Amino acid sequence: MIDYDKILNKTIKEIKPSGIRKFFDIAQEIDDVISLGVGEPDFPTPWSIRQKAIQTIENKRTIYTANAGLESLRKSISNYTKRHINIEYDPKTEIVVTVGGSEAIDISIRTLVNPGDEVLIVEPCFVCYSPIVSLSGGVPVPIETKMEDNFKLTAEALKAKITDKTKLLILPFPNNPTGAIMTRKDLEKIADVLRDTDIMILSDEIYSELTYGRKHCSIAQIDGMRERTIMINGFSKAFAMTGWRLGYVCAPQPIAKQIVKLHQYAIMCSPTVSQYAGIEALDNCEKEVQKMVNEYNVRRRFLTDSFNRLGLTCFNPEGAFYVFPCIKSTGMKSEEFCEKLLHSKKVAVVPGNAFGESGEGHIRVSYAYSLNHLNEAISRIEEFINELK
Amino acid sequence: MDSLLQLLKQNARFTNQQLAAMLDTTEADIAARIKDFEKKGVIMGYSVILNDELADKDTVTAFIEIRVTPQRDCGFDDLAKTIMMYDEVESVSLMSGAYDLAVTVTGADLKTIALFVAQKLSTIEGVISTATHFVLRRYKEKGIFIKQDKNIDERGLVSP
Repeated sequence: MIDYDKILNKTIKEIKPSGIRKFFDIAQEIDDVISLGVGEPDFPTPWSIRQKAIQTIENKRTIYTANAGLESLRKSISNYTKRHINIEYDPKTEIVVTVGGSEAIDISIRTLVNPGDEVLIVEPCFVCYSPIVSLSGGVPVPIETKMEDNFKLTAEALKAKITDKTKLLILPFPNNPTGAIMTRKDLEKIADVLRDTDIMILSDEIYSELTYGRKHCSIAQIDGMRERTIMINGFSKAFAMTGWRLGYVCAPQPIAKQIVKLHQYAIMCSPTVSQYAGIEALDNCEKEVQKMVNEYNVRRRFLTDSFNRLGLTCFNPEGAFYVFPCIKSTGMKSEEFCEKLLHSKKVAVVPGNAFGESGEGHIRVSYAYSLNHLNEAISRIEEFINELK
Repeated sequence: MDSLLQLLKQNARFTNQQLAAMLDTTEADIAARIKDFEKKGVIMGYSVILNDELADKDTVTAFIEIRVTPQRDCGFDDLAKTIMMYDEVESVSLMSGAYDLAVTVTGADLKTIALFVAQKLSTIEGVISTATHFVLRRYKEKGIFIKQDKNIDERGLVSP
């Protein structure tokens, strides 16, 4: 009999299971739950993108592409970043097309991190950074952000965590789960701290198109930052293309050259059909994206207002499709709040501490749902809050 | 369409407070705009979207295509006005294409509607022919899905 416990990789075994996953498993056991938990758009992928994929299959373009992705797609990505954040990346040497933003995060971290390197992770954040850092032998160092700073990273908080072992800063804005963004001014202060160091930045900008009121600014736009920034983006959130598994990394040539090595050995190339569809998305779908953004914005204001009225203080989130209300006024911990809400009112939201300790006292609420769905959920949460009093 | 009307079409029971938050304005502004829409007749009333199968099992709906002879001076208007006066008639529209008037009729059962068409509609002067189509099942009404057994949100609780 094999003792599996002995043969499994030690680091993998030590990685904690995802806190979101844990909570979803509970929610799935209960009937008629209305969920506000999902992190993917409720809109269908715009039709012209789907049509492009159908044509691609009809034309039998179902073979491998270049490892780094179709050259035509990389050109479209280059034009898109030029148009949207005014940065030029060379399609031949600085762009790698990946299997979603997730793969982009994975191979970028693994390309940089040596055993013992410290990686600064701005929390609360998406759950995958820390495990990948640990698997690479790196040391995850959380930097907590606070509601009183609108969950932005401050120069002071950053400075306090920098040591001579610091290799990389992971900067996830617009942020999942808080909905916080970093403005040009905020980023300039971060840039001032990093400018004369060798610290690299992994800027996860997957929600860059989903901002409300002002345009997204990338840290790569700030003086002296492009050379130290690995910029990650993808198609899932902006174009409602989660299942297509398509993302990309933009990085200075010496880094991209190594990233593509890892990508070619692990993945070969991203799905060909998705890549052709991706060209249509970047070149021709800005109007569709704008429509979705307008709709998200109405829902965002609806939820922010509703939570504030219920006494669950909710700062104004300017990006992504989440609100992150504070539930401390109920006297409960995040997990307790979520479990009670789930059992008594059958509403599923995600406890904030699933995204790092600094998320404790909050819940993540997704507004990738119709207004009527959100309205129903809010009525139930209102009942829940009233019954606590 | 106006953003406020779009929201009210989705749910006319949103409160002014909610609408004000959604459209980034004040409650007073929302109230004034709604009043104005009502005054101008843009908003003609407020109604509910029912799942007939649950609300009233004994109702049958039919779409009726009517071909008519347009009348001198008033075209189709007089005939449409005559037809819309019947309580059984829910909607009347003038159409382009193979027929002229599209009429929705509700009744207690197939026979009631059939008799209504045969005795009332067909006999109106100027009506050339009618074709009656009974509704068997409704899937979507005014942009709202009529609830089916299965959850239509196919997104699973997927997460890393």
